[in-house]
Amino acid sequence: MNPATKPTEIDQPGAHLRLVSDRAGGAASGITLSGVSKTYRSRDGDVPSLRPLDFHINEGEFFVVVGPSGCGKSTLLKMISGLLAPSTGEILVEGEQVTKPHGNVGIVFQNALLLPWRNILSNVMLPIDMKRLPRDEYLPRAKALLKLVGLEGFEKKLPWQLSGGMQQRASICRALVHDPKIMLMDEPFGALDAMTREKMNVELMRIQRETGKTVLLITHSIPEAVFLADRVLVMTERPGAIAAIYDVPLPRPRSLDAMADPAFTELVQRIRKHFFTQSALD
Amino acid sequence: MGSCFRRNDGGSPNCRTKTRLPVFIQRVNFFPEKTIIRERDVAELKRESGLSKALNAAWVRPFLFLLFIVVMWDLTIRLFQIPAYQIPAPGDVVAVLRTDWPELLRQAWPTTYATICGFLLSAVFGIPVAMLIAGSKTVESYIYPLLVFSQSVPKIAIAPLFVVWFGFGIIPKVISAFLLGFFPVVVSAVQGFKSVDPDMVDLARAMQGSRFRVFCAVNLPHAMPAIFSGLKVSITLAVVGAVVGEFVGSNSGIGYVMQRSIGTFDLPTMFAALVILALLGVVLFWVVDRIERLVIPWHVSQRDDMIFAS
Repeated sequence: MNPATKPTEIDQPGAHLRLVSDRAGGAASGITLSGVSKTYRSRDGDVPSLRPLDFHINEGEFFVVVGPSGCGKSTLLKMISGLLAPSTGEILVEGEQVTKPHGNVGIVFQNALLLPWRNILSNVMLPIDMKRLPRDEYLPRAKALLKLVGLEGFEKKLPWQLSGGMQQRASICRALVHDPKIMLMDEPFGALDAMTREKMNVELMRIQRETGKTVLLITHSIPEAVFLADRVLVMTERPGAIAAIYDVPLPRPRSLDAMADPAFTELVQRIRKHFFTQSALD
Repeated sequence: MGSCFRRNDGGSPNCRTKTRLPVFIQRVNFFPEKTIIRERDVAELKRESGLSKALNAAWVRPFLFLLFIVVMWDLTIRLFQIPAYQIPAPGDVVAVLRTDWPELLRQAWPTTYATICGFLLSAVFGIPVAMLIAGSKTVESYIYPLLVFSQSVPKIAIAPLFVVWFGFGIIPKVISAFLLGFFPVVVSAVQGFKSVDPDMVDLARAMQGSRFRVFCAVNLPHAMPAIFSGLKVSITLAVVGAVVGEFVGSNSGIGYVMQRSIGTFDLPTMFAALVILALLGVVLFWVVDRIERLVIPWHVSQRDDMIFAS
């Protein structure tokens, strides 16, 4: 691995292998998690979902979380958006503690989740209606975003008249329309076919570069994670904990050719090993 | 020819020469009733006109079938010489309909009135009750089992009770129509409110939408199709409820006409009253259906119109 991006090892309880890059980040910007854990209460007793997590996402960073299913990735996303309170620890977004939905995030789920009775433009405007922001002010922004993702001319169409990929683009616009600092994406392209998915990944990187948002993306796909990310967080199986955080040594802007880079394949291999050793231990 | 019913074939008879997919794949149809009829209609409208075009109007086929049934009815009566006090001939029924039309229409009015009042009550109470049940586990655990239990009590059995309480006026009929129409509205609406994708609600809540605003923007419109299917069942049951109310005790209404004509073995009048009732049910159902099209034009069931319009 490239020596400039070689991770330094830090001993920490709760993570059996933890590699943290020495990149500095101010606590006043970005997302900071300190000792955040989540335990669900159910009839059969407490079910731990996330073991205490500590990490920081810098402003404007593309941060990707990979992990096996059921490792609490979606719980993490809900806690950062303020929909779910952590059992322990605290989350800081832009230096402020998250206790309730703060609206400084845009969320993209696996399904586009567009409202079938609203046309594309007014679907994109949903956050404006929810936050009671002035519609007139944000309408040009919504149109500009639709143009940015290549949906110009589809404003008046209803969601079912668009393909899956186009619907997901519209839902990205909806996540950005109220100009949040952070974009949270939960397997955003998981429902798309492989070709559309690659195209959307390139597209997403362009959108992130042009808007300068902090992105926290969750995925099952290791190549996708490495291709997109500035840093990749690898999670362990349930209850989720940090297995490692890797810097991605690929230069930006990246094209799909970056996947042929030896550094890319090496990192993909390294991350994959986490999951194989884990299942071998079970 | 089955594979020729694709819209973009332009109805050309030799479409197999330019098929993009194997024939067996083209025939896979996930919504058989809907698409087959629609695509066939489109293809045939392009290819043919005249007779088949007339046959394709939505009302023609059921009308033809009805005509067939009436003819069979008439033939059976003539063939087996069934006396008029058992089954009247269709001609007699039509004769009564013509001579007694003003009287029947006058009697239909209280029935219609009771039906509409009962139906509106079941919508006005049913939808909020469904909101409460879907919105709160506590409310659901208290109310829902009782509601289901109350449905197993036959309304016809308790209808006389309303006569005792409220007399022979319109109120017992309205209540009886309401009781029959209420349950389907609640059940459908609960199902509609509960089937909202929790991720969608999370998304709206994460944008700092208040509970009320999220409900109006997401939950309520989402439940509309289910609510309307409940309302459609409800309106037809409300007719039944109103007539049941009239059976038990009244001096006006279609139910009263039927009761009286049965008592005097005047079967043609009784059948004429039945026809009026059926017409009443159909008209009211049609009205609800029209309103549905206005309220939820975006729904899957209404998309045929949009395809033709666009």
